[in-house]
Amino acid sequence: MTAVEDRPVTAGPAKEVGQARKRKEDARLITGKTTWTDNMVLPGMLHLAVVRSPVAHAKLGAIDVEAARSAPNVVAVFTGRDLAEEQGSIPCAWPVTPEMVNPGHPSVAVDEVNHVGEAVAVIVARSKTAAQDAVELVDVDYDPLPVVLDMDRALEDGAALTHDHVASNESFRWIFDAGDAGTGSSTDEAFANADVVVSRRFVQQRLIPAFMEPRSTVVQPQGDNYTMWSSTQVPHILRIMLAMTTGVPEHKLRVIAPDVGGGFGGKLQVTPEEVITLLVAKRLGKPVKWTETRSESLMSGHHGRDQIQYVDIAADREGNVLGLKVHILADMGAYLRLITPGVPILGAFMFPAIYKFPAYRFDCQGVFTNKTPTDAYRGAGRPEATFAIERIMDELAVELDMDPLELRRKNWINAEEFPFTTVAGLEYDSGDYEQATQQALELLGYDELREEQRRRRESNDPVQLGIGFSTFTEMCGLAPSRVLGSLSYGAGGWEHASIRMLPTGKVEVITGSTPHGQGHETAWSQLVADELGVPFEDIEVLHGDTAISPRGLDTYGSRSLVVGGAAVVNASQKVVAKARTVAAHLLEASEDDLQFESGTFSVRGTPGSGVSIQEIALATFAAHNFPDGVEPSIDADATFDPVNFSFPHGTHICAMEVDTETGMVTIRKYACVDDVGKIVNPLIVEGQVHGGLAQGIAQALYEEAVYDEDGNLTTGTFVDYLVPSAADLPHFDTGNTVHEAPGNPIGAKGVGEAGCIASTPAVVNAALDAVRHLGVSDILMPLTPERVWRAIHRGGDGGDRATAGTNAYGGAQTETTAGVSTPESRLGGDR
Amino acid sequence: MTQISVRVDGASYTDDVEPRTLLVHYLREQLGKVGTVVGCDTSNCGACTVHLDGEAVKSCTVLAVQADGSEVTTIEGIAQNGSLHPMQKAFHELHGLQCGYCTPGMIMASIDLVGDNPDPSEHEVREGIEGNLCRCTGYQNIVRAVQQAAAEMRGAQA
Repeated sequence: MTAVEDRPVTAGPAKEVGQARKRKEDARLITGKTTWTDNMVLPGMLHLAVVRSPVAHAKLGAIDVEAARSAPNVVAVFTGRDLAEEQGSIPCAWPVTPEMVNPGHPSVAVDEVNHVGEAVAVIVARSKTAAQDAVELVDVDYDPLPVVLDMDRALEDGAALTHDHVASNESFRWIFDAGDAGTGSSTDEAFANADVVVSRRFVQQRLIPAFMEPRSTVVQPQGDNYTMWSSTQVPHILRIMLAMTTGVPEHKLRVIAPDVGGGFGGKLQVTPEEVITLLVAKRLGKPVKWTETRSESLMSGHHGRDQIQYVDIAADREGNVLGLKVHILADMGAYLRLITPGVPILGAFMFPAIYKFPAYRFDCQGVFTNKTPTDAYRGAGRPEATFAIERIMDELAVELDMDPLELRRKNWINAEEFPFTTVAGLEYDSGDYEQATQQALELLGYDELREEQRRRRESNDPVQLGIGFSTFTEMCGLAPSRVLGSLSYGAGGWEHASIRMLPTGKVEVITGSTPHGQGHETAWSQLVADELGVPFEDIEVLHGDTAISPRGLDTYGSRSLVVGGAAVVNASQKVVAKARTVAAHLLEASEDDLQFESGTFSVRGTPGSGVSIQEIALATFAAHNFPDGVEPSIDADATFDPVNFSFPHGTHICAMEVDTETGMVTIRKYACVDDVGKIVNPLIVEGQVHGGLAQGIAQALYEEAVYDEDGNLTTGTFVDYLVPSAADLPHFDTGNTVHEAPGNPIGAKGVGEAGCIASTPAVVNAALDAVRHLGVSDILMPLTPERVWRAIHRGGDGGDRATAGTNAYGGAQTETTAGVSTPESRLGGDR
Repeated sequence: MTQISVRVDGASYTDDVEPRTLLVHYLREQLGKVGTVVGCDTSNCGACTVHLDGEAVKSCTVLAVQADGSEVTTIEGIAQNGSLHPMQKAFHELHGLQCGYCTPGMIMASIDLVGDNPDPSEHEVREGIEGNLCRCTGYQNIVRAVQQAAAEMRGAQA
């Protein structure tokens, strides 16, 4: 026995919620007893390999597959033309405007390829190596077309087109104007009356989710039924979408997400490869497996971020913010995938952040380019918004010669003002920004570091120190179904749970939110242990299989605990209510006279009487002695649909050393205090914050998906795409404040994305704070030593040597980042 | 095909392999040792780390034929007599894993690190495991786990 759980010795019934329970999931993960999709072997299983386009944009000519087809152990080869009738289009569930242009997304290209890495043919063979070997034997004629890479240029008149059958490279234009919506006043007026206007252009570089487990899909046909195992975050959504796309009826398709090795939004998708694997298994009537290589993953799995942000902020001389205007170009890549166009819209409401702007306007253009499609990546829209607002607040502070924290304090929502309706129309639920900030300042040791910064500056130390803030909030708990409907999203945002009381008193909890590393099995067990009063160990959490967990909307958007956990709590309470009826019968008492404590019903004032809910489960199974007219089951289901989002917040502070001679940046200290509402498991919460910080810091310092001028991804391996190692990241000092969310029975707000959303601007603000006195006002992300050195020694934002075809390249070529007016601003930039 | 004989997690195997077969593919596909996983194609991520004659290697960078006559230990072979290895225990106790995909390699690399340096500082742990990527944890709890396991392993030797 490799037992890994030990029950804490406590006097009396300790609450499970709030305990740092070690995870149930670990037992299999630390011993290698895992069920990754690629582990799956089935009798007669065939293997797929995908032939991918080496060019970014071309008409497809002849495809000669004969050599591949006759290679040893190859069973079949399919091109897009072979599959065109069945494959449909990869679904986009979020048509953000009625006029949105969706060019269609075949799983295997039929007439045209639109990004490097797009599938053009599929090899099916008896072994993975045989399939891979035959990829080289497929001969494809590509008739090159102009390649569109830069968003600014893509929108110019007469620009080359990403797809030859669309009228322009604009997919949609989506505008929110608080004046028009009645949630704020006119930005034109606010800007006309402002003492100070600051305008900036920020670049959100393209990132890659880079989950550690490469994607993998296995499909087993059984008559006209199909079982798909896939490394996905969203088995439920995948099943519905595959049914709608491929014509395999929903009730004939079972989707299973076994152990899934991370996702971060990158596995929130209906992928071409999932469609292909299903179609090939259907054609051949045999089990089929596809597993990607890392380079395939980086090239063809969806990317994230990639926005150009034009931001204008207006304020009076005292530092009261008066208005905010945001114009965004959001790179869709070549196609619209599941929620590609919705990602920037998720950010639309978060630019005003925690500040009391009276006026706000958001204008977003979705732009096609010949690159891998973008879609959700940890935070999805909200990191972009948080970066823009937290960076421009620092720029405004500089303009006003104010302390950046004082400027924030002057404008943020005060604790006594909750619930607070923002200029974007959101009702923030609870929080205390001052309290979180005070705690974070103490954690950091702020005063000493400011003093050290002063000393280094005075002595002209080659290593300068800077301190950067991010006082952020985010909207979590996706999502109220009605809100999603009003934003034209194709599904609701509820979550489902069931509780099955087994005859031996053990409990099965079925959840619709499918985990991929977050620890649902542990946290849900803690919730149910408290609700039912049964031991933590007696609870098993089942998930990720549409046959076991038939209803669900899966895991993303920091929703699992807030929405899925709430459903679990509600289902548990229904179980208790049903059990109460049985208990009253067994104890020959009135239900009103019963109390339920620590899992046992007893008659008030009658010590020694009592029947446990686990005993009631057995009595229900036997059903020999049951109340008349009551069905013999105490199992229950619940579906929870929140009425509002939840709004975690926090203060993140980064202290950064910048070596002005080499451009090397080193995080000296990082402190953050997050308010994620009620904490069910502090161990898991802290882990989520750490992981989020790592990814947010990685955006600031390390990661960028770079394309060359021909549209080749030049960061297509882990040699070039810099996922940070332990040596690249600092120690994190973390803390919490707790203001419970009123919108769910747990009081939790969500934690999965917090660290990732908050940290990026804190890091960049810190680096700039270190070198601003040297004339630097912006440095493009990631802050490589070269860029930092160039910004210090050559001026500008350090991006002038960025690779052609990147936003960084485009940015440096079109204008400098400081003092730029947006197309909306009539004021001509800073004044 | 080339014949190789290896001991893996205490059991002996003799198999024919293609000369190009990587050790990790031999372990996973021929022996069913799927606890060891593949995370990249370029030997950057370390998810496939195993011990070859006691030394940590990335098993995607070793040919199966190179392991002929050797002793291989994987994540599936480090628990002794039903007791977790101190490194496994420490990863569990200090929440040094989330999705768990990097964990087998991370644990095997960390055991090797502690073998070389029984009392590593935080900095030495961070440098020592830089060949193993984790996307979930931000490494902080992994670093703590390695140090805790190192302490336990020192105690066990004393």
